[in-house]
Amino acid sequence: MILGLALLSGCDREAREVRGKPLPETAVAAQTSTLFPGGGSAGPEDPRAEMYAENAYHISEGGRLYRQMNCVGCHANGGGGMGPALMDDQWRYGGRMDQIVASIDQGRPNGMPSWRGKLTPTQMWQLAAYVRTLSANVPKDAAPSRNDTMSNIYPRTLAEPEPPSASDPAGAKGPAR
Amino acid sequence: MRWRMRACVMAALAIWPAMQARAQGNGTDDGQWVMPAHDYASTRFSRLDQINRGNVGQLKIAFTFSTGLLKGHEAAPLVVGSTMYIVTPFPNYLYALDLNRPGAPLKWKYDPKPAAASQGVACCDVVNRGAAYANGRIFFNTLDDYTVAVDAETGAEVWRTKLGDINLGETMTMAPLVADGKVLVGNSGGEMGVRGWLTALDAGTGKIVWRAWSTGPDKDVLIGPDFKPYYAMDRGKDLGVKTWPPEAWKIGGGNVWGWISYDPELKLVYYGTGNPGPWNPDQRPGDNKWTAGIFARDVTTGQARWYYQFSPHDLFDHDGINEQILITMKVNGKPRKVLLRAERNGYFYVMDRVTGQVIAADPYGNVNASLGVDLKTGRLIPNPDKVTTQGKVVRGICPASPGMKDWNPAAFSPRTGLVYIPHMNLCMDYGAMEANYIAGTPYVGADVKMYAGPGGNRGVFTAWDPGARKAVWEIKEDLPLWSGALVTAGDVVFYGTMDGWFKALDATNGKLLWQFKAGSGIIGQPISYRAPDGKQHIAVLAGVGGWAGAVVAGGLDPRDPTAALGFAGATADLPGKTTGGGMLYDFVLP
Repeated sequence: MILGLALLSGCDREAREVRGKPLPETAVAAQTSTLFPGGGSAGPEDPRAEMYAENAYHISEGGRLYRQMNCVGCHANGGGGMGPALMDDQWRYGGRMDQIVASIDQGRPNGMPSWRGKLTPTQMWQLAAYVRTLSANVPKDAAPSRNDTMSNIYPRTLAEPEPPSASDPAGAKGPAR
Repeated sequence: MRWRMRACVMAALAIWPAMQARAQGNGTDDGQWVMPAHDYASTRFSRLDQINRGNVGQLKIAFTFSTGLLKGHEAAPLVVGSTMYIVTPFPNYLYALDLNRPGAPLKWKYDPKPAAASQGVACCDVVNRGAAYANGRIFFNTLDDYTVAVDAETGAEVWRTKLGDINLGETMTMAPLVADGKVLVGNSGGEMGVRGWLTALDAGTGKIVWRAWSTGPDKDVLIGPDFKPYYAMDRGKDLGVKTWPPEAWKIGGGNVWGWISYDPELKLVYYGTGNPGPWNPDQRPGDNKWTAGIFARDVTTGQARWYYQFSPHDLFDHDGINEQILITMKVNGKPRKVLLRAERNGYFYVMDRVTGQVIAADPYGNVNASLGVDLKTGRLIPNPDKVTTQGKVVRGICPASPGMKDWNPAAFSPRTGLVYIPHMNLCMDYGAMEANYIAGTPYVGADVKMYAGPGGNRGVFTAWDPGARKAVWEIKEDLPLWSGALVTAGDVVFYGTMDGWFKALDATNGKLLWQFKAGSGIIGQPISYRAPDGKQHIAVLAGVGGWAGAVVAGGLDPRDPTAALGFAGATADLPGKTTGGGMLYDFVLP
């Protein structure tokens, strides 16, 4: 019986692709606008997103990078400061995994630095996966229940999810800074 | 022994009746307001007395002017002749309003077009603390590190000089001081590992005359044979290098983002230096010279005359950038040139401004972060229970990081002999952690959470008697006070609150005489001037923001109490009490 349970839990073990999926020859940058003249919608999400989005290892690595690369200095533990809050349902440039990666990679004109050449694409995806935990948009079994360091905040696993605003699926909402 | 000495000094301190603070400014009060502090002595005292305790209750709006911006408006307006000048937060517009015409319409607008990216490296909202006027020109700083000179009549740019680099995290937010034909400016960036400096530019050409760094070898700090600090702790060769771990001084802060005063007789400028970086103190063992202290420098050469460190090896982000008010005061029966400072670390300092000696240092609010100031050695006595260290959250530290008082300046009235201090009553939990230096990004290393101190009120307005070394009266305010103070010869004192009340109090007893509800919270500096029609006016900018108001100005989420470097926790209710919106309010008697 116990053995059976152990086996069953083994069946559902989280998969992690250590080497990563091969990159497409030409990666199409994520769209950050929700306005499509004459109608339309944002293209499908970059297939790499799925690999990182709800993966405990990548989220944990993203959390480590979030502090080490000083993201925490501007965005705090999700509430923001020099940079906007990341724990609410407002996403100026989109809250989808590939859109967050695009913001990290390209930077944004009102003060978000471009991290291209400073972080690898894998690290950017890991960061994006962690950033989504700040708005509790990640299953609780994947998100870390506590910080790696001494901390003044409640675990995000106790928070209610803040999905990107429903009327605006790509989530490019909120005032431009 | 120490106590006896203290008592003796205490008994002997008395305000010199003929206080000559104004004499050190620009002569008699001509009804103008040409620099944010009103005069070189930084009194923020107006000699105009048409508006007094009896009639201030009748104050009415004369005109208003919208800046069109939603960020924090910390600046003082200037009035020169018949023109009012307003410098805004980013994008740092300079507006000129014509006071000769009804409603004071816009005369011109100067747009310095600062780089948008600079918004991302400004630690605590994208504020600007004001401009300064001299010889037909308005001088001010832009967020992306330019000092500009603009023709006061036409609004044409005369010169612009680049002084820093936003890619190193450097910004400029302070108001320049013009003295001895030089424009004195400093940089911000204490949360980004930016090495601080004060720079003197030639007011005519914009060329750099001298630059004094706040860290590093003596030749960089402009320390030479004239440097005679009063206390032994501030003496020695190259302390700006030796009191740091190797190379750490290069990214050690000490930024000059606050106030400068000037004594034309001594030809000395006085200014404070900001916190050392990073906030995590374990990464910078040593006294971290010359951060969190005050310099006196020769205005002509920039050479340091003396220095005193308020917070050696700062543990709490207690920047030393607050204003210093220069007056003459009787100490032990003899008039002495002193400077008064309501310091961030919670002590009100009376210092001899010729020598740098601390004459008195008394807490003007709840302090447990330190146990006092040793007047013999000059040294702040740390409280072992509140020493912050990596891997530990230290709770209940008072005052919090913004200090007992932050940048927002106090006013001094020679009529009452009191200093009017708008300040705070905040405590904090402080969790230090390792910070990585990546140029142009935050270099902090602390999870901070602030909250109201004992009593539950987050703001206090204190009238302090520097001679008696005690508060004469105080007003408790619910929200932190982030506006400057103004006092007039009508014995009325003005300040604003973060939920938008602009208040007038009786300067002698603190009684509320008049108040007006502005459209947004007030964090600006009120002024008083005589308009071309001969009437006394009071003016102030509303527009909430700044570090304390970042939760509104930046649209932050206060569910994370560490947002805005820990201030969001203490102002979580602010978004429900006020909204942004820069607006100048100008008042006059009917």
